[in-house]
Amino acid sequence: MNETSGIDVAYVAKLARLNLSDEETRLFQRQLGDVLKYAEKLREVDVSHVEATAHAVPVFNVFREDEPRDWFTAEQALSNAPQKANNLFIVTKVVE
Amino acid sequence: MSPADLPALTIAELQSVLRRREISPREVLDALRARIEKVEPKIDAYLSIDFDAALKEAEKVDVDLPLGGVPIAIKDIINITGQPCTCASKILRGYRAPYDATVIRKLRAAGAIPFGKTNMDEFAMGSSTENSSVKLTHNPWDLSRVPGGSSGGSAAAVAADAAFGALGTDTGGSIRQPAALSGIVGLKPTYGRVSRFGVTAFASSLDQVGPLTKTVRDGALIMNAMAGHDPQDSTSLNEPVPDYTASLGRELKGIRLGLPKEYMIEGIDAQVRSAIEAALKHFASLGAEIVNVSLPHTEYGIAVYYFLATAEASANLARFDGVRYGHRAENPCDILDHYGRTREEGFGPEVKRRIILGTYVLSSGYYDAYYLRAQKVRELIRQDFAKAFEKVDAIVSPTSPVPAFKLGERTADPLQMYLADIFTNTANLAGICGISVPCGFANVDGKQLPIGLQLLGKALDEARLFKIAHAYEQSTGWHKARPPIET
Repeated sequence: MNETSGIDVAYVAKLARLNLSDEETRLFQRQLGDVLKYAEKLREVDVSHVEATAHAVPVFNVFREDEPRDWFTAEQALSNAPQKANNLFIVTKVVE
Repeated sequence: MSPADLPALTIAELQSVLRRREISPREVLDALRARIEKVEPKIDAYLSIDFDAALKEAEKVDVDLPLGGVPIAIKDIINITGQPCTCASKILRGYRAPYDATVIRKLRAAGAIPFGKTNMDEFAMGSSTENSSVKLTHNPWDLSRVPGGSSGGSAAAVAADAAFGALGTDTGGSIRQPAALSGIVGLKPTYGRVSRFGVTAFASSLDQVGPLTKTVRDGALIMNAMAGHDPQDSTSLNEPVPDYTASLGRELKGIRLGLPKEYMIEGIDAQVRSAIEAALKHFASLGAEIVNVSLPHTEYGIAVYYFLATAEASANLARFDGVRYGHRAENPCDILDHYGRTREEGFGPEVKRRIILGTYVLSSGYYDAYYLRAQKVRELIRQDFAKAFEKVDAIVSPTSPVPAFKLGERTADPLQMYLADIFTNTANLAGICGISVPCGFANVDGKQLPIGLQLLGKALDEARLFKIAHAYEQSTGWHKARPPIET
């Protein structure tokens, strides 16, 4: 935690695929700077002998049989599509 | 019983009049509709209501089922086939759920009728419901104040008798805090106790669905119908579900209640503090023993929570990309423009702020310092509770350090808003259960504002929380007070 005020909101917004206005970028830069400064207190805690907890209640290896079952029809899956045709989603071009 | 008196009934009371065939489920819905039409212009608790669909369900419902004919309001983050499910976000405007959440399927199997979707902070991110992209919800006790959040619509509806009971979700206090600020009962179940299938994910290791109700018994009745294992949620616990109403009684002899010294912080409102102190005396008079305990890592809870919850949210909200559902920006010039503008136009400020923070703490170079360290401190918080529960049956605290605040009072400073969750979010981090129950009123500017008492219990100990909360509620009667919304 060396650069706690080192958040570059404009760069992180690119990583998050989230456009921000200049005004939002400036506002978040200040507000998240405050949040990160507050969170610096985590540096005080000795965690050298602690394992990280991803889930509070450990549940491991939940498997089910790999069998076909009833699920959405194509029509249901497409029911909220912003654009669709021929039972398919229309998407923005991703290759040249 | 006159129809106008019906909406004030508890679920348990409603059931008995339904089962005696004194009224029909249709009459219940008609009476509820009249009540909603009267109070909704003042509180704005609902985002959508479908009485026609509800009336069809009412025609064929079996009133002898555990919740037969009881209308339940549903937070707009839980999917009901054919109904809108917007999470109060512009990005899901117009979305209609193609399937039922497991909790909806189970409530229906118990005879309940989900009839409307309640307002909330966008994607459940907030403590006041002011982050809704649609509208503000008003606290029935003082319309100039917030109902709490993020399940603020559910809380306001139940408090104003515009719902018999409601479902909410709680990721850092989003059931318990609005229940406290609106003067009702709210339970956050143990992580994994209730299925999350069909509930739009905010922070998957913290989210739980739970009931907001007028009484503790009503909460137990909803949990009886809703709790249990679901093969469609791999984090749901495969443990038997007890009858949560079985242990409800009046005595607390032999119960040990822990008072954490770390919770008596400076920021607690004086009237909240004295209400909690009076509650402790009352618990002692019911036979409970008050024991001092220590939760030494409490002060780190907010920081840990905001790193982990935003990290998980940034990953979960990646699905809102304008491809399969939801808003899509018009005429994108390429795929990056498509994603960037779709998400800019669709998400509100708080959601954007949290996506940025979450993306940052997971990004290369910061993961170990922020995310991994936060997970380790989370483990220390979990161990604090495990040690405390060796000594006590439940832990007592205020639910919120302050009563309901004014609309607009805290929106400019996100950090101040985050601190509203100080007593609630460690329960989510530790995966334990917690309940908020009314414990008095603060007198502020000539208005009575409800105060909530929080009881935290170890994992899967909901039955004991209900027992303690019920004995307190029934012997104090705070739950009988009604907001002065008629005038």
